[in-house]
Amino acid sequence: MDLTVNGQGRSFGGDPDMPLLWYLRDELGLTGTKFGCGAGYCGACVVHIDGVASFSCVTPMTVAEGAEVVTIEGLSPDASHPVQVAWRELNVAQCGYCQSGQMMQAAALLAETPDPTDEDIDGVMTQNICRCGTYPRIRAAIKRAAGQEAG
Amino acid sequence: MAVLENVSRRAVLLGMGAGALVLSLGLPTAAQEEPLKFGADAMPHGWQDDPRIFVAIDPDGTVTVTVHRSEMGQGVRTSIAMAVADELEADWTRVRVAQAPGDEPTFGNQDTDGSRSLRHFFHPMRRAGAAARQMLRQAAAAEWGVPVDEVTAENHVLGHAASGRQADYGEMAARAAEREVPARESLTLKSPDQFRYIGRDDIGLIDNPAIVTGGTIYGIDAKADGMLFAVIARPPVYGGRVASHDATAALKVPGVERVVVIDPPPQPSEFQPLGGVAVIATNTWAAMRGREALVIEWEHGDHGAYDSEAFRGELEQSARSTDGAVVRNQGDALTALQQAPRRFEAEYYIPHLAQAPMEPPSALVMIRDGKCEVWACVQAPQVTRVRVAEKLGLDPRDVTVNVTLLGGGFGRKSKPDFVLEAAILSREMDGRPVKVTWTREDDLHHSFYHTVSVEHLQAGLDQDGRPVAWLHRTAAPTIGSIFAPDPMQKLPFELGMGLTNMPLDIPNVRAENPQAQAHTRIGWYRSVSNIPHAFAIQSFIAELAHEAGRDHRDYLLEVIGPARKINPVEQGDVWNYGEDPARYPIDTGRLRRVIETASEAAGWGKEMPARSGLGLAAHYSFVSYVAVAAEVEVAEDGNVRVPVVHIAIDCGPHVNPDRIRSQMEGAVIMGTGQALMSQITFAEGRAQQDNFDSYLVPRMDSAPREIHVHLVGGEDPDQPLGGVGEPGLPPVTPAIVNAIFAATGKRIRQLPVGAQLSS
Repeated sequence: MDLTVNGQGRSFGGDPDMPLLWYLRDELGLTGTKFGCGAGYCGACVVHIDGVASFSCVTPMTVAEGAEVVTIEGLSPDASHPVQVAWRELNVAQCGYCQSGQMMQAAALLAETPDPTDEDIDGVMTQNICRCGTYPRIRAAIKRAAGQEAG
Repeated sequence: MAVLENVSRRAVLLGMGAGALVLSLGLPTAAQEEPLKFGADAMPHGWQDDPRIFVAIDPDGTVTVTVHRSEMGQGVRTSIAMAVADELEADWTRVRVAQAPGDEPTFGNQDTDGSRSLRHFFHPMRRAGAAARQMLRQAAAAEWGVPVDEVTAENHVLGHAASGRQADYGEMAARAAEREVPARESLTLKSPDQFRYIGRDDIGLIDNPAIVTGGTIYGIDAKADGMLFAVIARPPVYGGRVASHDATAALKVPGVERVVVIDPPPQPSEFQPLGGVAVIATNTWAAMRGREALVIEWEHGDHGAYDSEAFRGELEQSARSTDGAVVRNQGDALTALQQAPRRFEAEYYIPHLAQAPMEPPSALVMIRDGKCEVWACVQAPQVTRVRVAEKLGLDPRDVTVNVTLLGGGFGRKSKPDFVLEAAILSREMDGRPVKVTWTREDDLHHSFYHTVSVEHLQAGLDQDGRPVAWLHRTAAPTIGSIFAPDPMQKLPFELGMGLTNMPLDIPNVRAENPQAQAHTRIGWYRSVSNIPHAFAIQSFIAELAHEAGRDHRDYLLEVIGPARKINPVEQGDVWNYGEDPARYPIDTGRLRRVIETASEAAGWGKEMPARSGLGLAAHYSFVSYVAVAAEVEVAEDGNVRVPVVHIAIDCGPHVNPDRIRSQMEGAVIMGTGQALMSQITFAEGRAQQDNFDSYLVPRMDSAPREIHVHLVGGEDPDQPLGGVGEPGLPPVTPAIVNAIFAATGKRIRQLPVGAQLSS
């Protein structure tokens, strides 16, 4: 089956039930997308599939077939996406592990809702867990990326 | 080969060749250990401060600081680099870090736990930077034929004003490397007004560029050519074993290469793997499918009946018994309790917790030509090295433990059981690289759990409602149970986390530690026994204040008493976080000040809307002082929100204020989880929580929206540093529970709150 990952055409001939996550990590070596729960509970694995934030850990390759997949490695060519800039400026990360998924989720939120309210942020970002507890900075970074003044 | 950068492969160390690191094993005088006693001196392999170990300068001027402590989100790679670069007078934009492998004889202690990294290494790292700077100056002086006193070294440039000569650090690095390392006593460290980076709030995380592009490498991301992937079915009950297994179906899963039985460890199991059946495959997914296809009969061993509800009853019985070991005794608390005009008692229950770092335990191991190479997310790389060497029958020097970034640790990754699993499997595969990945279910079912506690408190109050007698019994399985057969009592370090060092101004204090049997693997979890002790004590004081009809803050300050310095050893705490009680007495003035700061910032005493409340708690731990004032709103359906939290910390001088703030923010959120939702329960010996659908942790909508961190103290640069990573956590949970009482009049004595407020 064929798909596009970060703009590059790819072919996959393995187990069609394999979640996209393991294809990205084990087959393509794109380890920026993380494994956190394997069940769509934590959001560490979020990528964009045809522009939609998706849990790659529960997306079988059959569903990704023909899709355009974007991972954190492909979010921007030079770390210039407003979300990446805001994450850096506000030093959002602690351990950093969940932040790929957080940024991909936030980028999709802003694409859909360029000027999100706190409730919009809660509604979407609640899908992503951070054990270090970076939520207040994530919220502030999303607002900054949206051009709102960070609190 | 693995793609992580390994410090031993770097080309240049202070301009020297690649053998420098190895040569430095023959220790120079500046690296010798002091007599072992307190602080870093008392830790295995002590400390080092030789610049040749920690500082490298390339000919192009790039400064590489080798960080020997594990990065798990506390910011240590940035903070240590700041300390070195500041004294070195390096240009921050030309500073990078390399991660040291596990090698304590070279680097000093590497156990990244106990909130000790800066406390123990701030000064050695500053000295390493200062010594390297001095070596650069000496080299320039010799090269230019001028007195060293006339050579300046500022912001990466060596200069001689009289002759107008200048050189970049890179130009002088090779010559500097030939200089003797200056005697430690000859170094002059900067005064705070000279700091270029230390104490600054705007130094970005050194790993930021990699983090925002997905380029960071954690243990789970390690790769090697020809690598195989393994997952393991472990005994569902601690101490269990495989009775029989059938791998026929598993071996038919495409990609599965081998199924290997791992023997169970002897009990107690220390850091050894739990045993089980491993499936080794060409990718993680195939290994997972293979594991699902295994048919395994388990023998459950001694703990197959472990049940949290029943065990709570046992702990309560123990906590109500009067024959527990007396671990602290001032005055005569039993008599004073009898004679007090009023007597009050309460019992608190704190459940098991799992660290649940977002990166589950994962490790890559390969063995070739009698040498073993490990890539793993470990908090204790030296312990890992030694245990892997023992497992494989190798000399520890033939085991290289490359420390990756840790996707969270919280104590879980100080235990290398998962690395030993990968070592066993690599050996089974003739040394091929094998990466073991734990699933979230594995992580929650086989943690080194935070203990479970019943805390029983009694107080005798005088006519004014002031406590004159205090009895605290703690019953909880000890971490010692993974090291020794059936120790029924807590260890001194566990008791010293808020019990034997409890600094209240009460004339008659007695602490008892009745027995408790462990039925699962107990381990360190961020702030450890401070969690139950602080929850019980800080809840109880609030209850007493209510009983006495007093304002909680006033009462808390009164019970702490006037500002004074307490020697914890005199109270019965011989541990004192490993620190010298003369340098680190408990200073109740500092405790008072954080309480005043947090409560004033939160508007203590202000009118609160219906079903809203403000709660307060404070705790001394890891030789730092923290107070928390939390606002809660309790909905009609019993749902609790924590909209605003003020947290004040006095941890002595501030090296990296932004990372102190981020640690406090994280502690507030983790503590919110402990208060409201997180717990591990057992039935039939098995942990009942499988994943984040049942092990609940705060999310964006349930975490406090506003967290205000107040950095208190730090004015005296000579004051010894306190811990940061852990001390924020203990007071958060009681502050929230006290706020719930203020909002609803309902006293929560069992964690988590869960559905207790739904009626």
